[in-house]
Amino acid sequence: MPPAVGRGPAGSELRPRRGRCGPQLTRAVGPDVAAELTARSPKRPARGSRRFEAAGRWALLALVTLLSFATRFHRLDEPPHICWDETHFGKMGSYYINRTFFFDVHPPLGKMLIGLAGYLSGYDGTFLFQKPGDKYEHHNYMGMRGFCAFLGSLLVPFAYLTVLELSKSLPAALLTAALLTFDTGCLTLSQYILLDPILMFFIMAAMLSMVKYNSCADRPFSAPWWFWLSLTGINLAGALGVKFVGLFIILQVGWNTISDLWHLFGDLSLSVVTVGKHLTARILCLIVLPLTLYTATYAVHFMVLNKSGPGDGFFSSAFQARLSGNNLHNASIPEHLAYGSVITVKNLRMAIGYLHSHRHLYPEGVGARQQQVTTYLHKDYNNLWIIKKHNTNADPLDPSFPVEFVRHGDIIRLEHKETSRNLHSHYHEAPLTRKHYQVTGYGINGTGDSNDFWRIEVVNRKFGNRIKVLRSRIRLIHLVTGCVLGSSGKVLPKWGWEQLEVTCTPYLKETLNSIWNVEDHINPKLPNISLDVLQPTFPEILLESHMVMIRGNNGLKPKDNEFTSKPWHWPINYQGLRFSGINDTDFRVYLLGNPVVWWLNLLSIALYLLLGSIMAVAVQRGARLPAEVEGLSQVLLQGGGQLLLGWMLHYFPFFLMGRILYFHHYFPAMLFSSMLTGILWDTLLQLCAWSLASSSLARGIYAVGLLSLLLGTAYSFYLFHPLAYGMVGPLAQDPRSPMAGLRWLESWDF
Amino acid sequence: MLGFLKRPVVVTADINLNVVVLTAVGLLSRLWQLAYPRAVVFDEVYYGQYISFYMKRIFFLDGSGPPFGHMLLALGGYLGGFDGNFLWNRIGAEYSSNVPVWSLRLLPALTGALLVPMAYQILLELGFSHCTATGAALLMLIENALITQSRLMLLESVLIFFNLLAVLSYLKFSNSQKQRPFSLSWWFWLTLTGVACSCAVGVKYVGVCTYLLVLAVAGVHAWHLIGDRTLSHVRVLCHLLARAAALLVVPALMYLLFFYVHLILVYRSGPHDQIMSSAFQASLEGGLARITQGQPLEVAYGSQVTLKNVFGKPVPCWLHSHQSTYPMIYENGRGSSHQQQVTCYPFKDVNNWWIVKDPGRHQLVVSNPPRPVRHGDVVQLVHGMTTRFLNTHDVAAPLSPHSQEVSCYVDYNISMPSQNLWRLDIVNRESDTEVWKTILSEVRLVHVNTSAVLKLSGAHLPDWGFRQLEVVGEKLSRGYHESMVWNVEEHRYGKSQEQKERELELHSPAQMDVSRNLSFMARFLELQWRMLTVRSDDSEHKYSSSPLDWITLDTSIAYWLHPRTSAQIHLLGNVVIWASASLATLVYALLFLWYLLRRRRSIHDLPEDSWLRWVLAGALCAGGWAVNYLPFFLMEKTLFLYHYLPALTFQILLLPVVLQHISDHLCRPPLLRSLFSGLVVAWYSCACHVFNTLRPLTYGDRSLSPSELKALRWKDSWDILIRKS
Repeated sequence: MPPAVGRGPAGSELRPRRGRCGPQLTRAVGPDVAAELTARSPKRPARGSRRFEAAGRWALLALVTLLSFATRFHRLDEPPHICWDETHFGKMGSYYINRTFFFDVHPPLGKMLIGLAGYLSGYDGTFLFQKPGDKYEHHNYMGMRGFCAFLGSLLVPFAYLTVLELSKSLPAALLTAALLTFDTGCLTLSQYILLDPILMFFIMAAMLSMVKYNSCADRPFSAPWWFWLSLTGINLAGALGVKFVGLFIILQVGWNTISDLWHLFGDLSLSVVTVGKHLTARILCLIVLPLTLYTATYAVHFMVLNKSGPGDGFFSSAFQARLSGNNLHNASIPEHLAYGSVITVKNLRMAIGYLHSHRHLYPEGVGARQQQVTTYLHKDYNNLWIIKKHNTNADPLDPSFPVEFVRHGDIIRLEHKETSRNLHSHYHEAPLTRKHYQVTGYGINGTGDSNDFWRIEVVNRKFGNRIKVLRSRIRLIHLVTGCVLGSSGKVLPKWGWEQLEVTCTPYLKETLNSIWNVEDHINPKLPNISLDVLQPTFPEILLESHMVMIRGNNGLKPKDNEFTSKPWHWPINYQGLRFSGINDTDFRVYLLGNPVVWWLNLLSIALYLLLGSIMAVAVQRGARLPAEVEGLSQVLLQGGGQLLLGWMLHYFPFFLMGRILYFHHYFPAMLFSSMLTGILWDTLLQLCAWSLASSSLARGIYAVGLLSLLLGTAYSFYLFHPLAYGMVGPLAQDPRSPMAGLRWLESWDF
Repeated sequence: MLGFLKRPVVVTADINLNVVVLTAVGLLSRLWQLAYPRAVVFDEVYYGQYISFYMKRIFFLDGSGPPFGHMLLALGGYLGGFDGNFLWNRIGAEYSSNVPVWSLRLLPALTGALLVPMAYQILLELGFSHCTATGAALLMLIENALITQSRLMLLESVLIFFNLLAVLSYLKFSNSQKQRPFSLSWWFWLTLTGVACSCAVGVKYVGVCTYLLVLAVAGVHAWHLIGDRTLSHVRVLCHLLARAAALLVVPALMYLLFFYVHLILVYRSGPHDQIMSSAFQASLEGGLARITQGQPLEVAYGSQVTLKNVFGKPVPCWLHSHQSTYPMIYENGRGSSHQQQVTCYPFKDVNNWWIVKDPGRHQLVVSNPPRPVRHGDVVQLVHGMTTRFLNTHDVAAPLSPHSQEVSCYVDYNISMPSQNLWRLDIVNRESDTEVWKTILSEVRLVHVNTSAVLKLSGAHLPDWGFRQLEVVGEKLSRGYHESMVWNVEEHRYGKSQEQKERELELHSPAQMDVSRNLSFMARFLELQWRMLTVRSDDSEHKYSSSPLDWITLDTSIAYWLHPRTSAQIHLLGNVVIWASASLATLVYALLFLWYLLRRRRSIHDLPEDSWLRWVLAGALCAGGWAVNYLPFFLMEKTLFLYHYLPALTFQILLLPVVLQHISDHLCRPPLLRSLFSGLVVAWYSCACHVFNTLRPLTYGDRSLSPSELKALRWKDSWDILIRKS
């Protein structure tokens, strides 16, 4: 059920509370806003108090924002060398500035924004970003770091506003803000050129606008309603455009929307047409709008990156022809295949790559012990093959022979240029796809046997036609067994260098896996002709780049015998990540959550589940709750429920992921868990205060509890701040180190 | 007193002839010619070896499932007097006369036959008519894939049996809940639900899916119970406690019981020992226990030890060194220290022996009394046969260039000093002064100069390293990993001063006294953990398939081919049933959505009780299909068509439900209704016809001509075997 429904009674119950807890705030907040807040008193005339309240609220928000910016921008320029993944994302930002094409497993928006920030701040894209630890020297890196820190700083006010909207309680919001401001992990992650601050910014912005939009539910189709709804959509597009884990916030918003619509649908006072309007509005703002924006980022991506670069080989021949500098751009190559041509052969299915072989044999027990044949996504000398006639071994490039073109239906041999072995197949099981036959490199210096003969066929052509480079879709049919050369798309184990399996399939079904085209073509005896390759349409490019990204993500597998971060390590803050420096003389930065904050969060989730189920059972049993408690339980079950859902959605899917995981993947979930902590402790303290009838004692308990939480986090931040701002000197194992007493877990190695 | 004599003694027998007849035909279809073929059929080759292990009481480890299923199969072998002597190596191999084929296959066949009356019972309990229930049972009866799978020594039919039993007993329980809660039958069905669930999990891990489904339905019912304000608080609490005990505690205890019995049954050491820890191996009879008996517990200075890697992947191995040195220059042009190789070797060998030495003293024998080595002590390790010291230094390791090379130090008189001091770090210590214990202590060896940790990298060295495993010093220890942990396996106190004597001593078999009392829980936890983490090679099988192929029956498995004729057994479903069951699921989902939306707008198409019945039937049958099917999309292991059968049975249960619903609620005019009934009858005869046509491939009893076989190949992807004559 959407929170908008319960908000009515809950809000009205809560309003008087705020007046009561106002005075306590002053102590927690500090002297500068105390003046405004103490001026607020229930006895004042209503209008005046409301104005003061509003002013106080703005001042508090400003204070929270200011503190967040101050902590994030403090010592932002240190260390002046590449830290951790800056080497990737900084490099990719530079690619945008230099407009060279590259490939990455994440969608482009985040890196595009980094590139833009660098461009605007005067970075010229010349720094190489080779490896962590390289000094920036005169290069201007502060623009990019500043941009990430700016987005990272906004997380705190966003969380503050979200909690305020959900709970209508300033102390809860303040506690959340304190937890996030004083968390060393969030701080560290916001200070470098990384995708995470950008991702978290969009996630929190989507959450905030969703919550805001929920509170506009009583005024449907009003201007703010439209504004927040479309803003939610925009932020969703942003989150997904930075990393695919942005999908989790989409699920959360989707769930919220479905339950909202379900509620509207059950409201018989609304006509079906009105419900239809609601549905259409959501489809427009939450599906059409984000999809358009998401697609638009790709359009910009492909428009900006128009020069050939390191990512070319991942894409189809047609795609590469778009990139200036690529040898297929305005290609000038011989048009028709002839005997003696040196060619590369590319699979037509996306993200499979070139037919490849290398000087390594299939291991024992995997078919015949002959040379491996694979497909490979990168451009490489080992992708080159020579077309030869099946029956003569004479060199066709001998000038005395006339040029003879290869025709559809010819019997040919393909000789691997580097190793002089022939493409070969036989009745042995393929290494992974056991139903297919193995494909190997066989023979010495081009002399093999009849299993090296292939019939070359052009799809949908008549016999006798010549074969065109790039345009012709060809199949290679093994003469002896009658099978078709194809790639299964499966990744070979370590012995095959994690390249893809090539098989000869006895099933003659026509799939893209078994269709190839000739990409590079070198033949000195033929004239080069300028070819314009069929330009792929934008949807094709979009689909292709997604296929390549998914394949890339699946390829990131953890290795055996290596320590890897496991999802269960994360909430307990089991181990951090080294951002910079190893030895005691280095400037060390260590990504680790503030343990006080994190363990409090962990405890809060357990307490929340306990308290939430007690309340839910009480409601189900029909217990009559006092009005005060009723309001609290509404906030806890609905507002808290949304946050718990957010935490679960951003955390549990990682248990199912096969790819390699890192500690920083937990941070979006951590934001939700901190917000939950804020709401939980506020509610819990109010419940405690309520159960002790005496008002002065109740107020005291509430104030002391809240204050100790705030001060506790602040003090723990004081203790752990060297982790984020950097430390030099002996490691913490060393008793002489100032951090020695703070190594509370043995697994922390700072 | 003799009042009972005044009335006649009456026995009223209430026999549902439907059930009797269905059971009889079920038994007939599954048990007919059960012992044929008298040869190993498909996965029997796999389960058979475990039965032999049980018969011979030899320990084994199988990652595919908990031991209960294997034990049930072994029970058949026990009753049939099987001695376990059969070499399970080839599909199609003829059984020797000592293998009681009939009794081995009996249990799966019985459970498979009972599916027929159970389908009937489940639909009755769901509140549907006898006619519908009979229909479900008849569909179950003529499903070729279920028949094939039940007639062999395989576990799917047992799993399906327990799945359906869990659902059936839960339904019986929840129906008696309305009448007489806490009665004897209420308790019986409740407990049976828990027991059946745990049995399903005990047969195969996928049983968890059905268990979770039953738990979810029970949870929803319990939540309604909490909301029932006519019940007192205490009574609600009693209800909840009873459910928790029967559905959570009982299954957990049963699961432990399976392992307890398993470990009692297989107590001898066997070929799978190596995967287990030394402590576990020592608890088995024979094997390591024979060697380790009588060996001293505490490692002392001067002890001779072998060090086994705890992680043991890719293969379990011992720290090893030999005369050969690292090649001066590797293939890729990097240089080495050219010192003596240190590797990890998967076989027992005299070169696996190391002597623990006190850096402050020169002697290599144990003093009297022995001085034990404790946590935090600095030691040197001396290779027994070559008397060289275990050493590591800032030279890149051969295959893992980010780690340090580990060698046995050879003094070439070049400025490369020996760095052979290691600090002992007992990982599983209870106090900081703990003594290093044989087998029990898991230790890390931390290099004193560089704080590198001795680690098994998992890579195989090239030919110069005799394909042994690489051992490195991990500089940046990025956290605890089992590949850095070692334990002492064989151990004795060294007595010989001279090298020659020592070599002789090393060659002589070791006398080894470690307590064999590893607690049951420790053994259970280790076994369960190894079973879940043991990795089978995930290469594709010739007959493996992907979950998408299953719905449309785009795949088949050739189980067996007669050695001479072309009689063959295939796992092939009844195409009509598969297609209509999938269609029924789709129809159910659409109708359900339609009714749900209309109810939300307060339009009640169905009366309340038939709506509730419709929902419960959907939750259990469509839900059962979904939970048994969808998880396979997430699994990375090799999948076969038979993995779909549990999901299929639930779909078959849903089919008559949908048919009856259409006839009752959507065909209002009597004419339309009789027309629909006619259609159903025609459709069922069609299914019977398909069953009959595929029957030779199900039972494998008749040799078919090539043309007949070709005619049966309805889909190109069906691998029907045609002999080339």
